Amino acid sequence: MTPIIKVEGLTHVYSEGTPFKKVAIEQIDLEIPEGQFLGLIGHTGSGKSTFIQHLNGLLKPTSGRVLYKGEDIARSKEATRDVRFKVGLVFQYPEHQLFEETVYRDIAFGPKNMKLSEAEIDERVREAAGFVGVPEELFQRSPLELSGGQKRRIAIAGVLAMRPDVLILDEPTAGLDPSGRESILSNVVNYHKASGATVILVTHSMEDVARLAQRLIVFHNGRVAIDAPPSQIFSRAEELRSMGLEIPKSTAIALRLRELGLPISPSVYTVEQLKNAILSLREEAKKC
Amino acid sequence: MLKDITLGQYFPGNTIVHRLDPRTKLILTVVFIAALFTAKSYISYGIMLLTVAVCIGLSRINLKSIFKGLKPLVFIIILSGLLNLLYTQGKPIVEFWIFTISWEGVRAAVFMILRIMMLITGTFLLTYTTSPIALTDGMEILMNPLKKIKVPVHELAMMMSIALRFIPTLIEETDKIMSAQKARGADFETGKLTDRAKALLPLLVPLFVSAFRRADELATAMECRCYHGDESRTRMKTLKMENIDFAALVLGIMLLAGIIVLSVFGL
Repeated sequence: MTPIIKVEGLTHVYSEGTPFKKVAIEQIDLEIPEGQFLGLIGHTGSGKSTFIQHLNGLLKPTSGRVLYKGEDIARSKEATRDVRFKVGLVFQYPEHQLFEETVYRDIAFGPKNMKLSEAEIDERVREAAGFVGVPEELFQRSPLELSGGQKRRIAIAGVLAMRPDVLILDEPTAGLDPSGRESILSNVVNYHKASGATVILVTHSMEDVARLAQRLIVFHNGRVAIDAPPSQIFSRAEELRSMGLEIPKSTAIALRLRELGLPISPSVYTVEQLKNAILSLREEAKKC
Repeated sequence: MLKDITLGQYFPGNTIVHRLDPRTKLILTVVFIAALFTAKSYISYGIMLLTVAVCIGLSRINLKSIFKGLKPLVFIIILSGLLNLLYTQGKPIVEFWIFTISWEGVRAAVFMILRIMMLITGTFLLTYTTSPIALTDGMEILMNPLKKIKVPVHELAMMMSIALRFIPTLIEETDKIMSAQKARGADFETGKLTDRAKALLPLLVPLFVSAFRRADELATAMECRCYHGDESRTRMKTLKMENIDFAALVLGIMLLAGIIVLSVFGL
Protein backbone atom coordinates (compact mmCIF):
# COMPACT_ATOMS: atom_id res chain seq x y z
CA MET A 1 0.00 0.00 0.00
CA THR A 2 1.29 3.48 -0.79
CA PRO A 3 1.85 5.54 2.33
CA ILE A 4 -0.48 8.52 2.57
CA ILE A 5 2.48 10.85 2.98
CA LYS A 6 5.99 10.20 1.84
CA VAL A 7 8.84 12.64 2.30
CA GLU A 8 12.03 12.29 0.30
CA GLY A 9 15.27 14.12 1.08
CA LEU A 10 13.42 17.16 2.40
CA THR A 11 15.61 20.14 3.18
CA HIS A 12 14.54 23.67 4.00
CA VAL A 13 16.80 26.67 4.38
CA TYR A 14 15.45 30.02 5.59
CA SER A 15 16.76 33.34 4.19
CA GLU A 16 19.25 31.69 1.89
CA GLY A 17 22.01 34.04 0.72
CA THR A 18 21.74 36.51 3.61
CA PRO A 19 23.62 36.70 6.91
CA PHE A 20 20.44 35.29 8.53
CA LYS A 21 20.66 31.99 6.65
CA LYS A 22 19.41 29.08 8.73
CA VAL A 23 19.03 25.42 7.87
CA ALA A 24 15.75 24.40 9.49
CA ILE A 25 15.49 20.80 8.34
CA GLU A 26 17.95 18.65 6.48
CA GLN A 27 17.57 15.49 4.40
CA ILE A 28 14.42 14.11 5.95
CA ASP A 29 13.07 10.79 4.63
CA LEU A 30 9.83 9.57 6.11
CA GLU A 31 6.85 7.40 5.29
CA ILE A 32 3.54 7.79 7.06
CA PRO A 33 1.01 4.98 6.48
CA GLU A 34 -2.70 5.75 6.33
CA GLY A 35 -4.55 5.85 9.65
CA GLN A 36 -1.49 6.10 11.84
CA PHE A 37 -1.48 8.20 15.01
CA LEU A 38 1.92 9.76 14.95
CA GLY A 39 3.62 11.82 17.62
CA LEU A 40 6.23 14.37 16.56
CA ILE A 41 8.48 15.54 19.36
CA GLY A 42 11.35 17.93 19.46
CA HIS A 43 12.88 20.77 21.33
CA THR A 44 11.99 24.36 20.34
CA GLY A 45 13.81 25.09 17.10
CA SER A 46 14.29 21.44 16.18
CA GLY A 47 12.52 22.04 12.86
CA LYS A 48 9.25 20.26 13.56
CA SER A 49 7.04 23.26 12.74
CA THR A 50 8.94 23.84 9.51
CA PHE A 51 8.55 20.18 8.65
CA ILE A 52 4.78 20.04 9.05
CA GLN A 53 4.28 23.15 6.93
CA HIS A 54 5.77 21.22 4.03
CA LEU A 55 3.21 18.46 4.33
CA ASN A 56 0.41 20.69 3.02
CA GLY A 57 2.54 22.78 0.73
CA LEU A 58 2.63 26.00 2.75
CA LEU A 59 6.40 25.96 2.52
CA LYS A 60 8.25 24.93 -0.59
CA PRO A 61 11.19 22.59 -0.05
CA THR A 62 14.63 23.97 -0.78
CA SER A 63 15.33 20.48 -2.04
CA GLY A 64 13.55 17.15 -1.86
CA ARG A 65 9.85 16.47 -2.29
CA VAL A 66 6.65 15.61 -0.50
CA LEU A 67 4.31 12.97 -1.93
CA TYR A 68 0.63 12.76 -1.03
CA LYS A 69 -0.75 9.35 -1.99
CA GLY A 70 2.25 8.85 -4.23
CA GLU A 71 1.99 12.17 -6.07
CA ASP A 72 4.21 15.21 -5.68
CA ILE A 73 2.14 17.94 -4.04
CA ALA A 74 4.14 20.66 -5.80
CA ARG A 75 3.42 19.35 -9.31
CA SER A 76 0.97 22.18 -10.00
CA LYS A 77 -0.63 25.12 -8.23
CA GLU A 78 -4.00 23.38 -8.24
CA ALA A 79 -2.53 20.23 -6.72
CA THR A 80 -0.94 22.24 -3.90
CA ARG A 81 -4.19 24.03 -3.19
CA ASP A 82 -6.08 20.77 -3.29
CA VAL A 83 -3.77 19.09 -0.84
CA ARG A 84 -4.46 21.83 1.71
CA PHE A 85 -7.99 20.50 2.05
CA LYS A 86 -6.76 16.91 2.34
CA VAL A 87 -4.02 17.66 4.84
CA GLY A 88 -5.57 19.82 7.56
CA LEU A 89 -3.08 21.79 9.57
CA VAL A 90 -3.97 23.30 12.94
CA PHE A 91 -1.35 25.88 13.86
CA GLN A 92 0.00 26.73 17.25
CA TYR A 93 -2.41 29.04 19.08
CA PRO A 94 -5.00 28.59 16.33
CA GLU A 95 -7.42 30.91 18.13
CA HIS A 96 -5.38 33.83 16.76
CA GLN A 97 -6.71 33.15 13.29
CA LEU A 98 -10.42 33.56 14.11
CA PHE A 99 -11.91 36.44 12.18
CA GLU A 100 -15.54 35.93 11.25
CA GLU A 101 -18.51 37.63 12.89
CA THR A 102 -20.00 34.38 14.14
CA VAL A 103 -18.68 31.04 15.28
CA TYR A 104 -20.68 29.28 12.58
CA ARG A 105 -19.21 31.32 9.75
CA ASP A 106 -15.71 30.89 11.04
CA ILE A 107 -15.99 27.11 11.07
CA ALA A 108 -17.56 27.31 7.61
CA PHE A 109 -14.62 29.24 6.16
CA GLY A 110 -12.68 26.13 5.08
CA PRO A 111 -15.60 24.24 3.50
CA LYS A 112 -16.69 27.45 1.77
CA ASN A 113 -13.27 27.72 0.16
CA MET A 114 -13.77 24.15 -1.06
CA LYS A 115 -16.80 25.47 -3.01
CA LEU A 116 -19.21 23.00 -1.42
CA SER A 117 -22.98 23.38 -1.47
CA GLU A 118 -24.77 25.20 1.36
CA ALA A 119 -26.29 21.98 2.67
CA GLU A 120 -22.94 20.18 2.64
CA ILE A 121 -21.28 23.10 4.44
CA ASP A 122 -24.02 23.10 7.08
CA GLU A 123 -23.62 19.37 7.67
CA ARG A 124 -19.86 19.63 8.01
CA VAL A 125 -19.98 22.60 10.37
CA ARG A 126 -22.36 20.75 12.68
CA GLU A 127 -20.28 17.59 12.50
CA ALA A 128 -17.02 19.43 13.24
CA ALA A 129 -18.58 21.39 16.09
CA GLY A 130 -19.81 18.08 17.48
CA PHE A 131 -16.32 16.58 17.45
CA VAL A 132 -14.90 19.39 19.57
CA GLY A 133 -17.97 19.81 21.75
CA VAL A 134 -19.05 23.31 20.71
CA PRO A 135 -22.80 23.53 21.43
CA GLU A 136 -25.14 25.00 18.82
CA GLU A 137 -26.11 27.86 21.15
CA LEU A 138 -22.71 29.37 20.45
CA PHE A 139 -23.08 29.33 16.66
CA GLN A 140 -24.36 32.89 16.40
CA ARG A 141 -21.98 34.40 18.96
CA SER A 142 -18.82 36.25 17.98
CA PRO A 143 -15.81 33.95 18.37
CA LEU A 144 -13.75 36.81 19.77
CA GLU A 145 -15.82 37.12 22.93
CA LEU A 146 -15.49 33.47 23.99
CA SER A 147 -13.00 31.98 26.43
CA GLY A 148 -9.54 30.84 25.34
CA GLY A 149 -10.37 27.13 25.47
CA GLN A 150 -13.55 27.58 23.46
CA LYS A 151 -11.79 29.73 20.89
CA ARG A 152 -9.24 26.99 20.38
CA ARG A 153 -11.95 24.35 19.96
CA ILE A 154 -13.64 26.50 17.33
CA ALA A 155 -10.37 27.00 15.49
CA ILE A 156 -9.76 23.25 15.47
CA ALA A 157 -13.34 22.69 14.27
CA GLY A 158 -12.55 25.07 11.41
CA VAL A 159 -9.96 22.59 10.18
CA LEU A 160 -11.99 19.45 10.97
CA ALA A 161 -14.85 20.85 8.87
CA MET A 162 -12.73 20.24 5.78
CA ARG A 163 -12.75 16.52 6.70
CA PRO A 164 -9.02 16.16 6.17
CA ASP A 165 -7.53 12.72 5.57
CA VAL A 166 -4.48 13.82 7.47
CA LEU A 167 -4.88 15.99 10.55
CA ILE A 168 -1.78 17.78 11.81
CA LEU A 169 -1.91 19.63 15.13
CA ASP A 170 0.94 21.85 16.26
CA GLU A 171 0.98 22.03 20.07
CA PRO A 172 -2.80 21.92 20.35
CA THR A 173 -2.72 22.00 24.15
CA ALA A 174 -0.20 24.82 24.68
CA GLY A 175 -1.35 27.29 27.29
CA LEU A 176 -4.46 25.37 28.38
CA ASP A 177 -5.31 24.13 31.87
CA PRO A 178 -5.19 20.35 32.54
CA SER A 179 -8.90 19.77 31.92
CA GLY A 180 -8.74 21.82 28.71
CA ARG A 181 -5.74 19.78 27.54
CA GLU A 182 -7.46 16.54 28.33
CA SER A 183 -10.64 17.44 26.46
CA ILE A 184 -8.81 18.70 23.36
CA LEU A 185 -6.73 15.53 23.23
CA SER A 186 -9.78 13.31 23.60
CA ASN A 187 -11.46 15.29 20.78
CA VAL A 188 -8.49 14.46 18.61
CA VAL A 189 -8.62 10.79 19.57
CA ASN A 190 -12.33 10.72 18.78
CA TYR A 191 -11.76 12.20 15.36
CA HIS A 192 -9.02 9.68 14.72
CA LYS A 193 -11.31 6.79 15.63
CA ALA A 194 -14.43 8.07 13.91
CA SER A 195 -12.86 9.12 10.61
CA GLY A 196 -9.92 6.76 10.38
CA ALA A 197 -7.79 9.76 9.46
CA THR A 198 -4.05 9.91 9.90
CA VAL A 199 -3.15 12.16 12.82
CA ILE A 200 0.15 13.88 13.43
CA LEU A 201 0.44 15.41 16.87
CA VAL A 202 3.31 17.84 17.35
CA THR A 203 4.28 18.55 20.92
CA HIS A 204 7.11 18.73 23.34
CA SER A 205 5.11 17.10 26.09
CA MET A 206 6.08 13.45 26.30
CA GLU A 207 3.25 12.59 28.65
CA ASP A 208 0.62 13.40 26.04
CA VAL A 209 2.08 11.64 23.05
CA ALA A 210 3.36 8.62 24.96
CA ARG A 211 -0.08 7.27 25.68
CA LEU A 212 -1.81 8.38 22.46
CA ALA A 213 0.59 7.81 19.60
CA GLN A 214 1.41 4.54 17.89
CA ARG A 215 4.70 5.84 16.66
CA LEU A 216 6.99 8.60 17.85
CA ILE A 217 9.40 10.63 15.81
CA VAL A 218 11.97 12.76 17.56
CA PHE A 219 13.40 15.75 15.74
CA HIS A 220 16.77 17.09 16.74
CA ASN A 221 18.67 19.89 14.97
CA GLY A 222 16.56 19.54 11.85
CA ARG A 223 16.96 15.80 11.49
CA VAL A 224 15.02 12.72 12.52
CA ALA A 225 16.91 11.46 15.56
CA ILE A 226 14.64 8.60 16.65
CA ASP A 227 11.72 6.89 14.93
CA ALA A 228 10.17 4.14 17.04
CA PRO A 229 7.03 3.02 18.87
CA PRO A 230 6.57 4.54 22.37
CA SER A 231 7.40 1.26 24.11
CA GLN A 232 10.93 1.35 22.71
CA ILE A 233 11.63 5.03 22.74
CA PHE A 234 11.69 5.77 26.43
CA SER A 235 14.27 3.16 27.28
CA ARG A 236 16.62 5.55 25.50
CA ALA A 237 16.13 8.06 28.27
CA GLU A 238 19.69 9.37 28.29
CA GLU A 239 19.56 10.11 24.59
CA LEU A 240 16.27 11.98 24.99
CA ARG A 241 17.58 14.00 27.90
CA SER A 242 20.66 15.02 25.91
CA MET A 243 18.28 16.45 23.28
CA GLY A 244 16.65 18.57 25.95
CA LEU A 245 13.51 16.44 26.15
CA GLU A 246 11.66 15.23 29.18
CA ILE A 247 10.70 11.61 29.65
CA PRO A 248 7.29 10.66 31.07
CA LYS A 249 7.21 10.65 34.87
CA SER A 250 6.23 6.96 34.92
CA THR A 251 9.32 6.08 32.88
CA ALA A 252 11.48 8.18 35.17
CA ILE A 253 10.15 6.28 38.21
CA ALA A 254 10.67 2.91 36.51
CA LEU A 255 14.25 3.81 35.62
CA ARG A 256 14.96 4.94 39.16
CA LEU A 257 13.59 1.63 40.51
CA ARG A 258 15.86 -0.23 38.11
CA GLU A 259 18.81 1.76 39.38
CA LEU A 260 17.88 0.52 42.83
CA GLY A 261 18.16 -3.03 41.53
CA LEU A 262 14.51 -3.97 40.96
CA PRO A 263 13.76 -6.01 37.82
CA ILE A 264 11.28 -3.61 36.24
CA SER A 265 10.89 -3.10 32.49
CA PRO A 266 12.36 0.22 31.23
CA SER A 267 9.69 0.51 28.56
CA VAL A 268 6.98 1.60 30.98
CA TYR A 269 5.45 4.93 29.94
CA THR A 270 1.96 5.27 31.39
CA VAL A 271 0.73 5.39 34.96
CA GLU A 272 -1.33 2.25 34.30
CA GLN A 273 1.69 0.28 33.08
CA LEU A 274 3.76 1.46 36.00
CA LYS A 275 1.07 0.41 38.45
CA ASN A 276 0.86 -3.07 36.90
CA ALA A 277 4.63 -3.45 36.81
CA ILE A 278 4.97 -2.54 40.48
CA LEU A 279 2.09 -4.81 41.47
CA SER A 280 3.62 -7.75 39.65
CA LEU A 281 6.91 -7.03 41.38
CA ARG A 282 5.10 -7.36 44.67
CA GLU A 283 3.49 -10.62 43.58
CA GLU A 284 6.90 -12.03 42.77
CA ALA A 285 8.31 -10.80 46.06
CA LYS A 286 5.51 -12.64 47.88
CA LYS A 287 6.37 -15.90 46.10
CA CYS A 288 9.88 -15.92 47.45
CA MET B 1 8.38 35.84 1.50
CA LEU B 2 7.17 38.71 3.68
CA LYS B 3 10.30 38.34 5.74
CA ASP B 4 12.38 39.30 2.73
CA ILE B 5 11.17 42.90 2.74
CA THR B 6 14.03 45.29 3.42
CA LEU B 7 12.45 47.95 5.52
CA GLY B 8 15.34 49.89 6.91
CA GLN B 9 16.77 46.50 7.71
CA TYR B 10 19.88 46.24 9.83
CA PHE B 11 22.74 43.96 8.80
CA PRO B 12 24.86 43.25 11.84
CA GLY B 13 28.60 43.65 11.36
CA ASN B 14 31.73 44.95 12.96
CA THR B 15 33.27 47.31 10.41
CA ILE B 16 34.39 50.89 11.00
CA VAL B 17 31.04 52.10 9.70
CA HIS B 18 29.17 49.81 12.09
CA ARG B 19 31.22 50.97 15.04
CA LEU B 20 30.65 54.70 14.48
CA ASP B 21 28.40 56.39 17.00
CA PRO B 22 24.83 56.62 15.67
CA ARG B 23 24.89 60.38 16.22
CA THR B 24 27.95 60.66 14.00
CA LYS B 25 26.25 58.64 11.32
CA LEU B 26 23.07 60.72 11.55
CA ILE B 27 24.98 63.98 11.26
CA LEU B 28 27.10 62.60 8.43
CA THR B 29 23.98 61.52 6.57
CA VAL B 30 22.59 65.06 6.81
CA VAL B 31 25.94 66.49 5.72
CA PHE B 32 26.05 64.00 2.86
CA ILE B 33 22.57 65.00 1.69
CA ALA B 34 23.48 68.70 1.89
CA ALA B 35 26.61 68.05 -0.16
CA LEU B 36 24.63 66.01 -2.64
CA PHE B 37 22.25 68.89 -3.28
CA THR B 38 25.07 71.41 -3.58
CA ALA B 39 26.95 69.36 -6.13
CA LYS B 40 26.47 70.71 -9.63
CA SER B 41 29.52 69.83 -11.71
CA TYR B 42 31.06 66.63 -13.05
CA ILE B 43 33.92 66.94 -10.60
CA SER B 44 31.69 67.29 -7.56
CA TYR B 45 29.47 64.43 -8.72
CA GLY B 46 32.60 62.37 -9.18
CA ILE B 47 33.68 63.15 -5.64
CA MET B 48 30.25 62.20 -4.30
CA LEU B 49 30.23 58.92 -6.20
CA LEU B 50 33.68 58.14 -4.87
CA THR B 51 32.52 58.90 -1.31
CA VAL B 52 29.54 56.58 -1.65
CA ALA B 53 31.76 53.83 -3.10
CA VAL B 54 34.29 54.17 -0.28
CA CYS B 55 31.53 54.07 2.36
CA ILE B 56 29.95 50.97 0.84
CA GLY B 57 33.38 49.35 0.66
CA LEU B 58 34.16 50.17 4.28
CA SER B 59 30.82 48.88 5.52
CA ARG B 60 31.17 45.58 3.59
CA ILE B 61 27.48 45.76 2.67
CA ASN B 62 26.59 43.45 -0.15
CA LEU B 63 25.92 45.42 -3.35
CA LYS B 64 23.03 43.03 -3.97
CA SER B 65 21.16 44.18 -0.89
CA ILE B 66 21.58 47.82 -1.93
CA PHE B 67 20.14 47.13 -5.35
CA LYS B 68 17.34 45.16 -3.73
CA GLY B 69 16.51 48.24 -1.67
CA LEU B 70 16.56 50.45 -4.79
CA LYS B 71 14.18 48.16 -6.65
CA PRO B 72 10.85 49.50 -5.29
CA LEU B 73 11.93 53.01 -6.28
CA VAL B 74 12.88 52.21 -9.86
CA PHE B 75 9.66 53.75 -11.10
CA ILE B 76 10.25 57.09 -9.37
CA ILE B 77 13.88 57.15 -10.48
CA ILE B 78 12.99 56.51 -14.10
CA LEU B 79 10.09 58.95 -14.04
CA SER B 80 12.14 61.84 -12.67
CA GLY B 81 14.90 60.98 -15.12
CA LEU B 82 12.43 61.09 -18.03
CA LEU B 83 10.85 64.36 -16.94
CA ASN B 84 14.26 66.00 -16.72
CA LEU B 85 15.23 64.56 -20.06
CA LEU B 86 12.18 65.88 -21.88
CA TYR B 87 11.50 69.20 -20.17
CA THR B 88 14.92 70.79 -19.95
CA GLN B 89 15.37 73.60 -22.44
CA GLY B 90 18.58 73.80 -24.45
CA LYS B 91 20.29 72.98 -27.70
CA PRO B 92 18.23 70.18 -29.27
CA ILE B 93 19.86 66.90 -30.31
CA VAL B 94 16.83 64.88 -31.32
CA GLU B 95 13.32 66.11 -32.04
CA PHE B 96 10.27 63.89 -32.41
CA TRP B 97 6.54 64.50 -32.14
CA ILE B 98 6.17 67.16 -29.41
CA PHE B 99 9.34 66.25 -27.56
CA THR B 100 12.80 67.68 -27.89
CA ILE B 101 15.80 66.09 -26.27
CA SER B 102 18.59 68.52 -25.62
CA TRP B 103 22.13 68.07 -24.46
CA GLU B 104 21.23 69.88 -21.25
CA GLY B 105 18.29 67.54 -20.80
CA VAL B 106 20.50 64.44 -20.96
CA ARG B 107 22.87 65.98 -18.47
CA ALA B 108 20.07 66.95 -16.07
CA ALA B 109 18.51 63.51 -16.31
CA VAL B 110 21.75 61.68 -15.59
CA PHE B 111 22.47 63.97 -12.68
CA MET B 112 18.97 63.59 -11.29
CA ILE B 113 19.09 59.80 -11.47
CA LEU B 114 22.54 59.73 -9.86
CA ARG B 115 21.39 62.13 -7.18
CA ILE B 116 18.32 60.08 -6.22
CA MET B 117 20.28 56.84 -6.25
CA MET B 118 23.05 58.27 -4.07
CA LEU B 119 20.49 59.82 -1.74
CA ILE B 120 18.82 56.46 -1.19
CA THR B 121 22.08 54.55 -0.96
CA GLY B 122 23.39 57.01 1.61
CA THR B 123 20.37 56.65 3.85
CA PHE B 124 20.41 52.87 3.34
CA LEU B 125 23.98 52.79 4.59
CA LEU B 126 22.74 54.45 7.76
CA THR B 127 19.96 51.94 8.43
CA TYR B 128 21.93 48.94 7.17
CA THR B 129 24.79 49.58 9.58
CA THR B 130 22.96 50.98 12.61
CA SER B 131 20.60 48.98 14.77
CA PRO B 132 17.16 50.61 15.09
CA ILE B 133 17.60 50.98 18.85
CA ALA B 134 20.93 52.79 18.46
CA LEU B 135 19.39 54.94 15.78
CA THR B 136 16.49 56.17 17.89
CA ASP B 137 18.82 56.69 20.85
CA GLY B 138 21.03 58.84 18.67
CA MET B 139 18.07 60.79 17.35
CA GLU B 140 16.76 61.39 20.82
CA ILE B 141 20.03 62.88 21.99
CA LEU B 142 20.44 64.98 18.85
CA MET B 143 16.94 66.37 19.22
CA ASN B 144 17.34 67.09 22.93
CA PRO B 145 17.63 70.88 22.44
CA LEU B 146 14.09 70.84 21.06
CA LYS B 147 12.83 70.01 24.54
CA LYS B 148 13.34 73.68 25.36
CA ILE B 149 10.46 74.52 23.05
CA LYS B 150 8.26 71.76 24.54
CA VAL B 151 8.71 69.15 21.80
CA PRO B 152 8.06 65.74 23.42
CA VAL B 153 11.38 64.37 22.17
CA HIS B 154 11.59 61.40 24.48
CA GLU B 155 8.03 60.32 23.81
CA LEU B 156 8.57 60.58 20.07
CA ALA B 157 11.74 58.52 20.31
CA MET B 158 10.00 55.93 22.47
CA MET B 159 7.13 55.69 20.02
CA MET B 160 9.56 55.25 17.22
CA SER B 161 11.55 52.52 18.91
CA ILE B 162 8.35 50.68 19.81
CA ALA B 163 7.12 50.96 16.23
CA LEU B 164 10.46 49.74 14.88
CA ARG B 165 10.57 46.97 17.43
CA PHE B 166 7.17 45.71 16.36
CA ILE B 167 7.65 45.76 12.61
CA PRO B 168 9.32 42.32 12.53
CA THR B 169 6.84 40.98 15.08
CA LEU B 170 3.89 42.12 13.01
CA ILE B 171 5.45 40.78 9.83
CA GLU B 172 5.95 37.43 11.50
CA GLU B 173 2.40 37.51 12.80
CA THR B 174 1.07 38.36 9.33
CA ASP B 175 3.02 35.45 7.92
CA LYS B 176 1.60 33.10 10.52
CA ILE B 177 -2.02 34.16 10.09
CA MET B 178 -1.62 34.05 6.33
CA SER B 179 -0.36 30.48 6.55
CA ALA B 180 -3.16 29.52 8.91
CA GLN B 181 -5.81 30.92 6.55
CA LYS B 182 -4.10 29.38 3.54
CA ALA B 183 -4.25 26.06 5.37
CA ARG B 184 -8.03 26.55 5.33
CA GLY B 185 -7.96 27.22 1.62
CA ALA B 186 -7.82 31.01 1.60
CA ASP B 187 -6.42 32.35 -1.63
CA PHE B 188 -4.46 35.60 -1.51
CA GLU B 189 -2.81 35.44 -4.88
CA THR B 190 -5.38 34.93 -7.59
CA GLY B 191 -8.74 36.37 -8.53
CA LYS B 192 -10.13 39.77 -9.40
CA LEU B 193 -9.06 42.86 -7.45
CA THR B 194 -12.33 42.94 -5.48
CA ASP B 195 -11.96 39.26 -4.61
CA ARG B 196 -8.42 39.81 -3.47
CA ALA B 197 -9.45 42.77 -1.33
CA LYS B 198 -12.12 40.60 0.25
CA ALA B 199 -9.61 37.83 0.79
CA LEU B 200 -7.60 40.18 2.98
CA LEU B 201 -10.34 40.32 5.59
CA PRO B 202 -9.40 36.98 7.21
CA LEU B 203 -5.89 38.37 7.49
CA LEU B 204 -6.59 41.90 8.69
CA VAL B 205 -9.13 41.14 11.42
CA PRO B 206 -6.88 38.78 13.41
CA LEU B 207 -3.91 41.04 12.79
CA PHE B 208 -5.66 44.07 14.29
CA VAL B 209 -6.96 42.03 17.19
CA SER B 210 -3.48 40.84 18.01
CA ALA B 211 -1.90 44.28 17.51
CA PHE B 212 -4.30 45.76 20.06
CA ARG B 213 -3.66 42.88 22.42
CA ARG B 214 0.08 43.38 22.13
CA ALA B 215 -0.21 47.13 22.68
CA ASP B 216 -2.23 46.49 25.80
CA GLU B 217 0.23 43.95 27.14
CA LEU B 218 3.18 46.20 26.42
CA ALA B 219 1.55 49.14 28.19
CA THR B 220 0.88 46.97 31.24
CA ALA B 221 4.41 45.60 31.22
CA MET B 222 5.86 49.11 31.01
CA GLU B 223 3.70 50.33 33.86
CA CYS B 224 4.66 47.33 35.97
CA ARG B 225 8.27 48.39 35.61
CA CYS B 226 7.35 51.91 36.67
CA TYR B 227 7.98 53.53 33.33
CA HIS B 228 7.17 57.20 33.67
CA GLY B 229 8.82 58.85 30.76
CA ASP B 230 12.11 60.56 30.40
CA GLU B 231 12.64 61.87 33.92
CA SER B 232 15.84 60.59 35.54
CA ARG B 233 16.01 57.61 33.26
CA THR B 234 19.43 56.05 32.82
CA ARG B 235 20.65 53.84 30.00
CA MET B 236 22.34 50.50 29.95
CA LYS B 237 24.42 51.46 26.95
CA THR B 238 25.50 55.08 27.07
CA LEU B 239 26.59 56.47 23.75
CA LYS B 240 30.14 57.74 23.66
CA MET B 241 31.94 59.65 20.93
CA GLU B 242 35.38 58.21 20.14
CA ASN B 243 38.29 59.66 18.20
CA ILE B 244 37.16 57.84 15.10
CA ASP B 245 33.81 59.68 15.32
CA PHE B 246 35.51 63.07 15.40
CA ALA B 247 37.71 62.05 12.50
CA ALA B 248 34.68 60.95 10.50
CA LEU B 249 32.85 64.21 11.28
CA VAL B 250 35.86 66.30 10.20
CA LEU B 251 36.06 64.32 6.95
CA GLY B 252 32.35 64.84 6.38
CA ILE B 253 32.56 68.61 6.96
CA MET B 254 35.58 68.79 4.67
CA LEU B 255 33.59 67.02 1.97
CA LEU B 256 30.71 69.49 2.30
CA ALA B 257 33.07 72.47 2.35
CA GLY B 258 34.91 71.16 -0.69
CA ILE B 259 31.68 70.69 -2.65
CA ILE B 260 30.49 74.19 -1.68
CA VAL B 261 33.76 75.74 -2.77
CA LEU B 262 33.62 73.85 -6.06
CA SER B 263 30.08 75.03 -6.77
CA VAL B 264 30.95 78.63 -5.85
CA PHE B 265 33.69 78.54 -8.45
CA GLY B 266 31.23 77.05 -10.88
CA LEU B 267 33.14 73.83 -11.35
